[in-house]
Amino acid sequence: MDMLLNDLRERLGTAIISDRLETGQVTIEVRAAAISEVGLMLRDDTALAFTQLTDLCGVDYLAYGKADWETRDTTRTGFSRGVSQGVYVDTEDMEDRFAVVYHLLSLSHNRRLRVRSFPSGQPPRIASVTPIWPGANWFEREAFDLFGILFDGHPDLRRILTDYGFRGHPFRKDFPLEGDVEVRYDPEEGRVVYQPVSIKNRVLVPKTIRHDNRYVGK
Amino acid sequence: MPEIRNMTMNFGPQHPAAHGVLRLVLEMEGEVIERADPHIGLLHRGTEKLAESKPYNQSIGYMDRLDYVSMMCNEHAYVLAIEKLLGITPPIRARYIRVMFDEITRILNHLMWLGAHGLDIGAMSMFLYCFREREDLMDCYEAVSGTRMHATYYRPGGVYRDLPAQMPHYQVTANRSAREVASMNEARQGSLLDFIAAFTEHFPGRVDEYETLLTDNRIWKQRTVGIGVVEPERAIALGFTGPMLRGSGVEWDLRRKQPYEVYEQLDFAIPVGMNGDCYDRYLVRVEEMRQSNAIIRQCVDWLRDNSGPVVIDDHKLVPPRRETMKDDMESLIHHFKLFTEGYCIPAGDVYAAIEHPKGEFGIYLVSDGANKPYRLKIRAPGFVHLSALHEMVQGHMLADVVAVIGTQDIVFGEIDR
Repeated sequence: MDMLLNDLRERLGTAIISDRLETGQVTIEVRAAAISEVGLMLRDDTALAFTQLTDLCGVDYLAYGKADWETRDTTRTGFSRGVSQGVYVDTEDMEDRFAVVYHLLSLSHNRRLRVRSFPSGQPPRIASVTPIWPGANWFEREAFDLFGILFDGHPDLRRILTDYGFRGHPFRKDFPLEGDVEVRYDPEEGRVVYQPVSIKNRVLVPKTIRHDNRYVGK
Repeated sequence: MPEIRNMTMNFGPQHPAAHGVLRLVLEMEGEVIERADPHIGLLHRGTEKLAESKPYNQSIGYMDRLDYVSMMCNEHAYVLAIEKLLGITPPIRARYIRVMFDEITRILNHLMWLGAHGLDIGAMSMFLYCFREREDLMDCYEAVSGTRMHATYYRPGGVYRDLPAQMPHYQVTANRSAREVASMNEARQGSLLDFIAAFTEHFPGRVDEYETLLTDNRIWKQRTVGIGVVEPERAIALGFTGPMLRGSGVEWDLRRKQPYEVYEQLDFAIPVGMNGDCYDRYLVRVEEMRQSNAIIRQCVDWLRDNSGPVVIDDHKLVPPRRETMKDDMESLIHHFKLFTEGYCIPAGDVYAAIEHPKGEFGIYLVSDGANKPYRLKIRAPGFVHLSALHEMVQGHMLADVVAVIGTQDIVFGEIDR
């Protein structure tokens, strides 16, 4: 794995912002503007030969490291039971909110690589890697559908998983778990109608962050 | 002269050959496909988003419902991802049990595939024969987990419980006479391992029967040979994995190349196709069933000779035994903590992949140190295969679409997630 890191540093140079080796897996962070040239290099350089794109996905870092369950203050009545709704406010100015994560596989060298890139802007834009790995086509459509990340140069960037006429990008952290609309059959109109959602999300187990040194860095 | 135009045809989502809820928009010139545009997402349940809202262990059950014909394999990738981030290794017996059930699942999946694929392209009786064997394997699932399909059997750190010493028996009901029940229970007199061992004895003969019906069958060959050919380089570029990749002649199997659990210790072969058509993929899958059978046999032999714990002894992750909770305060606290909050996983990201019956099934897990996943991405093999449907059917006839959908072994639970 160290060899892979050396190869990458040597060939990609300044395109890499950072790299790390974690649980035996190599992750490199690449400038969004350089993703196409980095992709071509990763695929075509014989020492790297990442001929297959295993996976591509979006990640929304809006709520990263934020817990629902704050029990710092004790009051006269004990700990507050306040649990936030798990819905976070969209901070327009948050930098590096969205990431695109590529998982690459080299069959000839039998090794994997994770490439992470933070597209910038509102909406976030990044060059498509479909011309490099044709298998990225649907993955990019999915990342667009669920996170609203735009892939420049994608041949057919349409929604893929959500309903026809769906609004919003459901996997963003500020999109409520229960959604915005629900459907029901209206017997009077004789058809299925959309209406604002009538259920409310109930947090049964709040998100808690604890640091347990037993499992760190193993 | 009338104007000749291409015809756009809608296929599915309620078509029996669509294997679930696939909607295909086909642009046809006569009976030849010009363009195939799959519309997916009709079974989208937002599994990944739901997993973000609940503790790690509560999502194991959702994994079963992804690819609902290879349930335990999905669980396997998920618990492997958690184990990698935690840095724990399950006991050796649990690893053998997992491998055994992974291979049982592979046979389950391939039987379902063979039956449905046969049914789609005209071999009606295959479906019935395949389901006969599936029934036995479903009983194994039930014996070990209590359910026939959605087992929720694998846990981070091992498996839920050890294999039962007694195979459950059928009971006499209004529809089943005592004689019938006695004959059904004949193979169920011993333990689960005895039952599985007996299955591995007679199963290769059953595979021979299937092959007698199909392998040299003229109609079968006419429907599959030369259909949906994918060149090896193209298959790699498109992201194909599993039998779809091996059918094209690329020898790539994670069980061999990037071994997990105890596959290194087991003896099995990787079948590879030559031509990359539907027929070769059929041959690959049939041979895989035989290989899986051999692996199961090796696991049964090992499990018979070696006993031991099936889950790690760490009550921060695994609930303590019920009895100990009655008189041990520590166990009670562990139990309470686990079921009200779960366990926290150190921050970081990890990708864990297994050789699923359909290909590479991967889980990309991002943790921010909380008791819930921050982001869970399921890399479903069927999703990638279906995205290449257009390339595979272009220029083929309408009836071949059905053969290609069949050969891709599509299950919508995992594609739509």
